[in-house]
Amino acid sequence: MSLKRVVITGMGAVSPFGVGVGTLFEALLAGRSAVRSVPELAALGGLRTRVAALVPELDGKEIPRKFRRSMSNMSIFAVLASQEALAQAGLKEAEWQDGRTGVAIGSTIGSTRATEKFFTDFFLDRSLERMKSTLFFQIMNHSCAANVAHTFGISGRLLAPSAACATGCQAVGFAAEAIALGKQERMLCGGADEFHPLTAGTFDVMEAASIGYNDRPQLTPRPFDRRRDGVVCAEGAGILLLESLDAARLRGAPILAEVVGFATLSDPTSIANPSAKAIVTCMRAALDDAGLAPAEVGYVNAHATATEQGDIAEGEAIAALFGDRVPVSSLKGHLGHAMAASGSLELIASVQMLAHGCLIPTRNLEEPDPACGALYHLRHQEAAARPALLKNNFALGGVNSSIVVRSMA
Amino acid sequence: MTDQQIIERINTSLAEEFELDLQDMTSEANLFTDLGLDSLDLVDLVIVLEGAFGFKIREQETVRQIRTLEDIHRFVIDKKRSLERTA
Repeated sequence: MSLKRVVITGMGAVSPFGVGVGTLFEALLAGRSAVRSVPELAALGGLRTRVAALVPELDGKEIPRKFRRSMSNMSIFAVLASQEALAQAGLKEAEWQDGRTGVAIGSTIGSTRATEKFFTDFFLDRSLERMKSTLFFQIMNHSCAANVAHTFGISGRLLAPSAACATGCQAVGFAAEAIALGKQERMLCGGADEFHPLTAGTFDVMEAASIGYNDRPQLTPRPFDRRRDGVVCAEGAGILLLESLDAARLRGAPILAEVVGFATLSDPTSIANPSAKAIVTCMRAALDDAGLAPAEVGYVNAHATATEQGDIAEGEAIAALFGDRVPVSSLKGHLGHAMAASGSLELIASVQMLAHGCLIPTRNLEEPDPACGALYHLRHQEAAARPALLKNNFALGGVNSSIVVRSMA
Repeated sequence: MTDQQIIERINTSLAEEFELDLQDMTSEANLFTDLGLDSLDLVDLVIVLEGAFGFKIREQETVRQIRTLEDIHRFVIDKKRSLERTA
């Protein structure tokens, strides 16, 4: 069976820098940090981190109430990002409603804020009498995918992968496979998540949240740096419109890049700590899928969240496969870790790097940790030398994912 | 509460919950065709009224027959008066 080629024709972002891919990329080019103090985190007993990267207040009311009533913030982010992606792709409503467009958008879990709201009321008297009918739609795991599909009237297949921090990357990969197999002509895909103190708490409990820079939020997280001390949680949505190359060419769509390889696998060695060996296997599988040798890749966008063990495992793996010849950076130092949205937001930024011919360095990387391997760390902006890049994302639970995209210019 | 006060409380509660414009909320306005509500909204409408007036109406058959804003006004006023008489 011959597979169809898959291209990216639209991208949309809601990030801690604000709404829009342009806003995101401009901030990254300027080397800014979206991390800030969140003093209200002090209200939670046992939570030590006081920093996060939050989406600036936005007006979701441009989404009609009929659709917005079933949305928590993560779905609002996903809808706004989808709107931008569809607009950039120049797709018409009749085209995305023709039954050949699908949705693959995931989040870590449903809205924790909505879940908290329900249980806060429920535990008053263990009564369901005050439960609003729309609350469930914010709590269900496929909330973002369903809300996007309903808002835009998309009637193709609906996927809602949920693999924590690998979700966004997986969603793009699964969407690309659906198109490659000819099951759908186009897919809106990516990840979305909203911040809740319990998300930061999850990492803090495992000694993996950044707690040493509460008074200097802009200095954390510090991917691959010797003084890194953990994850800084963020939120947002990154949504891409993928299409078959044939369909994109037929309607004269702008082609931003081609998705040429994808791999995802389970790493059963530990539910919490990734192994370098499994990461090498995943990256190699993605390159094989793309038909590329490591030397043909011009940039690796690392997952690198600034945890002690995660950065070491990924650094060792990248060094084993690519040596010290391929530039590597992580965008967590600018953006924090947007959980399910991180993969797709960072992929969008990476595609922008190819388009602008400019690779963005790792923010807050001052003294590379030699334990993370002998890597070609990007410390300053550099010109992109080759048109292909590989993007990694890994998740608690032992989920690895890697995606390879190539500029078509 | 006077009937007028009850009507005002109903209208402001529903306007807030369903983002309605008070100017559109005439007595004869149909909840579905004029104000754009649907069956899910009707479930929440009951919860809003129960919260605003402190009574239980979910199981009452009359609730299912509500179509206009005036139906709600009359239903709530009757319910309030009935509860006052039995108090």
